[in-house]
Amino acid sequence: MVKTVTGILLIVATLFSMGVMAEGQRQNAVIEGSKAASLDACVAPTSLMRRKHFELIKHQRDITVHQGIRKTDDSLAGCIDCHVAKDSHGKYIPVNGVNPETGEKQFCAGCHEYAGVEPPCFSCHATVPTKSGK
Amino acid sequence: MSNKVDQNRREFVSVATKTAAATVVAPGVLLHAMAQANLRSEPVTDKVRYGLLIDTTKCADGCSDCVTGCEKENGLDMLVEPEGASAEDWDRQRPRWIRTVKVKDRLTGQLSTLPLMCQHCENPPCADVCPTGASFRRADGIAMVDRHICIGCRYCMMACPYKARSFIHEEVERKPTIAPRGKGCVESCNLCVQRRDNGESTTACQDACKHGAIVFGDLNDPGSEISKALREQNTRQLRADLKLNTGVRYRGI
Repeated sequence: MVKTVTGILLIVATLFSMGVMAEGQRQNAVIEGSKAASLDACVAPTSLMRRKHFELIKHQRDITVHQGIRKTDDSLAGCIDCHVAKDSHGKYIPVNGVNPETGEKQFCAGCHEYAGVEPPCFSCHATVPTKSGK
Repeated sequence: MSNKVDQNRREFVSVATKTAAATVVAPGVLLHAMAQANLRSEPVTDKVRYGLLIDTTKCADGCSDCVTGCEKENGLDMLVEPEGASAEDWDRQRPRWIRTVKVKDRLTGQLSTLPLMCQHCENPPCADVCPTGASFRRADGIAMVDRHICIGCRYCMMACPYKARSFIHEEVERKPTIAPRGKGCVESCNLCVQRRDNGESTTACQDACKHGAIVFGDLNDPGSEISKALREQNTRQLRADLKLNTGVRYRGI
């Protein structure tokens, strides 16, 4: 009986500490100085964004290309506008790159490298916001 | 007329949404909503068919303003010559959405200069031959490439009678948000589709032409400038014998 209670307590404690870790990561994962850092959550709750963000954009890309619908929250351009950071000279750092001054991996690169995934978004899509098409 | 009513209603809905947004959401989110105010929210329909009318009698020999305007808008001027490539190869193979072409009537010797881009056929051969469905015709008449599913086989380039398509041979370092571009995909004029989805009424080539030789508009709207001009003037399709019913028409050839 004591063993069971200890076991349950351990599980609860582990779950709790995982929750705390997740909270800590949430604050660290978003790059300081980006617009995203000033907002509470992305277009969907953080837990959903972490696991499903690619599904949101993959679904949206077909709608945008084939039906022309661009008024949407689920856009890759939106990811970049919000998550891009600037260096000390005010120049944008590519979201899939590294801050040359601090060596800090940027928002997309940091997590994709950690997770060992190489999405091909940025072989075609811009990695910094470009005004008037540039 | 019914289009006009719809438009007003859309504007009203848009204003109403903006007002609602202003009262409810946080400042950051409001900014986001405002920036998206003109963006398309309904799927494109075949009620509209976009096209161009090019008056070659106004085209000046040696002028390539439309090409420059197009390249600036769609980021083609950001491409750099790959290392080790010969200047001749680069000139021959670099991506171009508009080419300036000279045509000569063999009998009379009449010479015309004209810009040649994707002709936005009603029955596009590029879409016919595409093995993946990446080449397609959007409901509003724009022949496009869905690069997400393009495998770079270049069958469409072979099929196009106008030589309108280009292939991206190398990795692309800099690309604009509005025109994604990467190695291994085919591309061509898309009638500035980003402008179509943003409520703008012109194309970059039209804006760049100081001779007023290019008119863009809706071929299905009898009141549009292009429809009026097409009704009044004698215009031609290039290679009309192929019965592709092109969306781009020429005058003076």
